[in-house]
Amino acid sequence: MAEHIIEFRDFGFQYKAQQSPTLYDINFGIEKGQKVLIAGPSGCGKSTLVHCMNGLIPFSYEGTMTGSLTINGRESRELDLFEISHVVGTVLQDSDAQFVGMTVAEDIAFALENACVPQDEMKQEVHRVAQMVNVQDFLGHAPGEVSGGQKQRVSVAGVLVDDVDVLLFDEPLANLDPATGKQAIELIDDMQKQTGAAVIIVEHRLEDVLHRWVDRVLLMNEGRIVADQPADELLSTDLLDRCGVRKPLYVTALEYAGVTVTPEKHPHHPDCLTLEADEMEQLRRWFDKRPQRAPKEVGEVMLEIQHLNFGYEKKDIHVLHDISMQIHRGEMMAIVGTNGAGKSTCSKVICGFETPNEGQITFCGEDFATYSIKERAERVGYVMQNPNAMISQVMVYDEVAFGLRNRKVPEEEIATRVEEALTVCGLWRMRNWPISALSFGQKKRVTIASILVLGPDLIILDEPTAGQDYKHYTDIMEFLLELNARGITIVMITHDMHLMLEYANRAVVFSHGRIIADDTPAHILTNPKVIKEASLKETSLYHLAMKCGISDTSAFVQWFIDYERKTARHDESV
Amino acid sequence: MTNLFNYIERKSAIHNLTGATKLVCLMLWSFAAMGTYDTRYLAVLALISMGLFKLGHIHIKDVSFMLGFTLVFLVLNTILVYLFSPQHGTEIYGTTTYLFGLEGYYAPTAEQLFYHLNYWLKYFATLPIILLFVCTTNPSEFAASLNRIGISYSVAYAVALALRYIPDVQHQYYEISKASQARGVEMSKKESLVRRLKAASAILVPLILTSMSRIETVSNAMELRGFGKNKKRTWYMARPFKIWDYLAMIGCGILLIITLFLNHVNGGRFYNPFI
Amino acid sequence: MKKIPVTKIVAIGIGAALFFFLGRFVAIPSPVPNTNISIQYGLLAALAAIFGPVVGILAGLIGHFFIDFSFGWGVWWSWVIASAVFGLICGCATRSLKINEGEFGPKGLVIFNGGQMLAHAIAWIVVAPVLDILMYAEPANKVFLQGVVSAIVNIVTTAIVGTILCIAYSKAIPKTGSLKEED
Repeated sequence: MAEHIIEFRDFGFQYKAQQSPTLYDINFGIEKGQKVLIAGPSGCGKSTLVHCMNGLIPFSYEGTMTGSLTINGRESRELDLFEISHVVGTVLQDSDAQFVGMTVAEDIAFALENACVPQDEMKQEVHRVAQMVNVQDFLGHAPGEVSGGQKQRVSVAGVLVDDVDVLLFDEPLANLDPATGKQAIELIDDMQKQTGAAVIIVEHRLEDVLHRWVDRVLLMNEGRIVADQPADELLSTDLLDRCGVRKPLYVTALEYAGVTVTPEKHPHHPDCLTLEADEMEQLRRWFDKRPQRAPKEVGEVMLEIQHLNFGYEKKDIHVLHDISMQIHRGEMMAIVGTNGAGKSTCSKVICGFETPNEGQITFCGEDFATYSIKERAERVGYVMQNPNAMISQVMVYDEVAFGLRNRKVPEEEIATRVEEALTVCGLWRMRNWPISALSFGQKKRVTIASILVLGPDLIILDEPTAGQDYKHYTDIMEFLLELNARGITIVMITHDMHLMLEYANRAVVFSHGRIIADDTPAHILTNPKVIKEASLKETSLYHLAMKCGISDTSAFVQWFIDYERKTARHDESV
Repeated sequence: MTNLFNYIERKSAIHNLTGATKLVCLMLWSFAAMGTYDTRYLAVLALISMGLFKLGHIHIKDVSFMLGFTLVFLVLNTILVYLFSPQHGTEIYGTTTYLFGLEGYYAPTAEQLFYHLNYWLKYFATLPIILLFVCTTNPSEFAASLNRIGISYSVAYAVALALRYIPDVQHQYYEISKASQARGVEMSKKESLVRRLKAASAILVPLILTSMSRIETVSNAMELRGFGKNKKRTWYMARPFKIWDYLAMIGCGILLIITLFLNHVNGGRFYNPFI
Repeated sequence: MKKIPVTKIVAIGIGAALFFFLGRFVAIPSPVPNTNISIQYGLLAALAAIFGPVVGILAGLIGHFFIDFSFGWGVWWSWVIASAVFGLICGCATRSLKINEGEFGPKGLVIFNGGQMLAHAIAWIVVAPVLDILMYAEPANKVFLQGVVSAIVNIVTTAIVGTILCIAYSKAIPKTGSLKEED
């Protein structure tokens, strides 16, 4: 039997403040040099499992442990946090928070400083590791001067200096745009090959992690491990669907077409996928029987931006160059691009948070230039990514009423408008709840309600589903669809390609402060030129279509989405 | 983002000193200047400090913004002192010499003007040194310096964390305040004081709540990388003392001794030309 | 020296950053021309009540030190120390509170505000003026009047801002033993 670095036996854990255990009957081991993916929906206990493996449980969070967890053969509770940290190196989900140093070099050196390593040795080690993760050119940069992907590399470097046996990644993809996420997965793979450490990736974005080989996938649900098998086997079962973890799109497409997915087909990666000729034919037939799509009617122009230029003061670099676009009434559109491409800045300019250097914004024919932030908000609402950054009141009702009270609207009118907004958002029954009792998705709804109540016709949402698992993602997005059906125009700023593909009628692609494409998502995600320029990622459906000899890839992608919307979604809601 | 320390990377003798040296010198110098009201000595200190300022290759335009603040502050404070206590000089020096043939409570006296002169001199004796410290000390080295001069590394690191998070806090505040303006929060003069404070709270609540969760994540991140394990820690940015460091500290120590000596000779902190 | 837990170290760091930022960049005009209201004390009081006196004293000290530093007008030690004393007293006076466990009722309100009033009074009417006189030989009536005015303004500010922050924070914490999984 191979040696286990980490081994759980009949392990369970219950937090002090909780009435029931979070983890039950955990049994598994991680061998040296293995690469394991742990997947599961939010609340399945995977973060708790991470805390157990890196020692934060039991050393920082109180609770009761049952059974046994050994790290390098010793019970974790008999070690201390520091001993564990030399074996298990953790890269947190929030790589910005993990960046505690004032510059890249200092952050990489942090663990060495704490271990009292002499300075010369420390400098050598920092340079060595920085080269491994390719950040050697940024050593003097402050955290504000490096991108999200680079920050994550710094985090990885900061852990690698400790010569750990296990690298533990907690949701490494949550804050990254698609191309950077792909690079992150490649980096993790390379680091494992170079260091020989075992790698554990905790992530619900299965398809993205499977971009590189993993030895096993552990599937968690409701505090238990429900599967522990190679990806090929797991993808051939219906366990993922039942646990609310999304299968890779190409696997789902095969299922829709009636192709039975088996481990022998190697479904873990679209490039390895082996299909028989008749199975490809089956897929083509499924594609060919698609009905004609009626083109969606376009409403009148609501918001028009013309030749917008913007740059932050002092720095002469332009963040937005000659941006022109139109948003039509009733649309549900996406603005995509890498971090720093200008998509958020553009929406801030629309809302009046920033003043453009040049250009014009008109809303239903009115010039926006003379409107204050407050006045614009009655026409265009802006919902921030993190709901906690928008919530200032204790109770749900007060939070939604806040904007109206500030506008000195009479209390009777407030009552009717708040009721309307809360009903639309499905929160009316919770109006007298403290916001702290709500889930993330519900909080998001509260912030949306608090914007809706001001009466905008258009809302802009910044990363509406960031960090959410498939179920919450679907909840939030279906809710936005409903809003859209009620006549609210919706603009989503996102780097989630699934989201754009599934929910947007149209997408505008930003790259380096310019708009480089304005088209349907299916067209954009099958256009290699745009994908490359904007660091997007082609959808795996594109590869599947190519493989099966379907030349109209974008129609194939579109059909997949339409089909899913029509059939699969309905099955789910029943 | 604001560069709190306004650190300007140049090559100079002052830049070459370690942060710890500069910190010690700053303290010694401040105490030396604070401890005396001997006009002659303050004038000497002011001259030396301006000389050092030149040595640090810092130009007036690098610090014009901070100089402006200080001048406004000094003028305001001078006016305030005069308004409240036009006889303060008399109280200190024990004589009253009216000037310009005026008499009365608010009439200018030589003693009062002399007191103000000293007050200003004191500023000119310390200000260049502070600006020099601010402009020539790499913030990254600052925490290491604090630890070097005997402050526990935990506290020194708290200072480093503060420097690390100021830009983040600033960015967050800006976003939150814009979003709340959209919902009608106003802090301008149009509103009553209580409403203004409530408006400020509406921005502070999300800011502090997000900061609280930040605190938890950051402390986890630090513990997971071994912070707080040992009694000591080394610093990536620390620099070893060289001969000039010792000389600089000894020099500033001597200045402080002179202050104490003068206080002894003058029989108090004030040099009194009126008796 | 007793070891300070890492959470508190981080609270000091981030608290000082917040204190600095509010004191340096967030200007709320006060009724008196040319003076701004220091909302940072509301924040510091809340932090001290949540994390205790050590965080209060050090966050105040470091934050205020940075404010003075960045203005370049020299470190006005008397007021820096007064800020630290304020944090210390606030932290000590509110030791019985359990805001971290989500408790902040009428009794907490009274203790918190009693504590902050006492702390402001000592900091601005005793510590700051006395140090001003000792260190800078400033006239007594000027510094005491400044002290009294600051104390009053700061007490009002803290009573509003600090209290709102404490309530919001305590409500944001799920009560002990009441967590239940919801679907």
